[in-house]
Amino acid sequence: MRVLTTTLLLLCWPVCASAHLVTTGLGPVYDGIGHLVMTPEDLIPVLAIALYAGMRGAAPGRYALFSLPLAWFAGGLLGVSFTSLPPLPTPAFSILIIGVLIAADFKLSDRIFLVMVLAVGFIHGALNGVALKGNAGVPGLIGIMATLFVLVALFSALVVSLKKPWARIVVRVAGSWVAAIGMLMFGWMFRGQV
Amino acid sequence: MIEIKPSSRTVQSGFVLLLLAVSAQSAFAHVEGGQAAGFITGLQHPWSGLDHILAMIAVGLWGAQLGKPSIWVLPIAFPMMMAAGAMMGLLGIPVPGVEIGIAFSAILLGLMVLAEVRPKLAVSIAMVGFFAIFHGHAHGTELPPGQSGLLYSMGFVIATGCLHGLGIVIGLVKELPLGRQALRGAGSFIAVMGVVFLWKALT
Repeated sequence: MRVLTTTLLLLCWPVCASAHLVTTGLGPVYDGIGHLVMTPEDLIPVLAIALYAGMRGAAPGRYALFSLPLAWFAGGLLGVSFTSLPPLPTPAFSILIIGVLIAADFKLSDRIFLVMVLAVGFIHGALNGVALKGNAGVPGLIGIMATLFVLVALFSALVVSLKKPWARIVVRVAGSWVAAIGMLMFGWMFRGQV
Repeated sequence: MIEIKPSSRTVQSGFVLLLLAVSAQSAFAHVEGGQAAGFITGLQHPWSGLDHILAMIAVGLWGAQLGKPSIWVLPIAFPMMMAAGAMMGLLGIPVPGVEIGIAFSAILLGLMVLAEVRPKLAVSIAMVGFFAIFHGHAHGTELPPGQSGLLYSMGFVIATGCLHGLGIVIGLVKELPLGRQALRGAGSFIAVMGVVFLWKALT
């Protein structure tokens, strides 16, 4: 519980925000899809959650499949109703924490995993909501939600299907890369060069 | 003598081609820049210095020589500790003797491969992790102005991981006849190159 509280506090630590919208010219839903796919700050944690959910098994994979898009959408709805939110270092911390969990193959309980997914989804969604306000708006959030569902389904199912021991090791190596990227991102944030 | 009479279609096509050839286009003669360039810069950076390349490959070689679980634990430990070193650099925390540390990483990792040293897993992780801090501090923070730090980091970490993978693949020659000796030879080469790097760092 102490770890979880610390994690949530760190997720809410204020720094400079870099929340800009990708405009595709194909309409707000596609703008939302483009925003997620073209924003590594959002894409990496999503893929990492999908990988970790897959490592934990089919049931956590299903939790993430539905809870992450819903939390993201709820956060997004909150975000679009604000003109600005306090800038949060959420991407760096979520990338770092989830990367470490994957690399260490840490056996997080299903309940704590669900809380983590909801927290990450909600805060990232809120930051996205602020970026989408006045541009793609709620349809953009629907595009993001659909993309999240597809990405989590594909990547968590892929990892669940891995049976060979070396294949799981490959996922853990990928997790160490994610953690390293998160750690570096944290450093770049202090420099204001993310 | 054969007389060639251009048809009206040929003339029209030629005219269109001529128009296309002389129509003015925007020039794209600028140096690569912007956010996306950060990823490419990060991807290229580890390949630009022989000291970094040899040390990364040495980690892969030693991991392959030690077998399970070092073959995958060492390449997991290195990027994480390397990122910690880079973060120290970004936060302005100085690490003394960075270039000397990098040179020693090549010397000691090369010697480990040469002598087929098999320490406990924790010792090998500590050793690789310790040297990774120097590599991260020296190379992880060299971001050109105007580029994304996140994308640079992604490229840098991926390229470093690929170098470990290359080392592991090379290390698999140990299964071949004379492969073990070849691997030890590679270790000696890396150690000698480390001495050269040390000489350069000290002079």
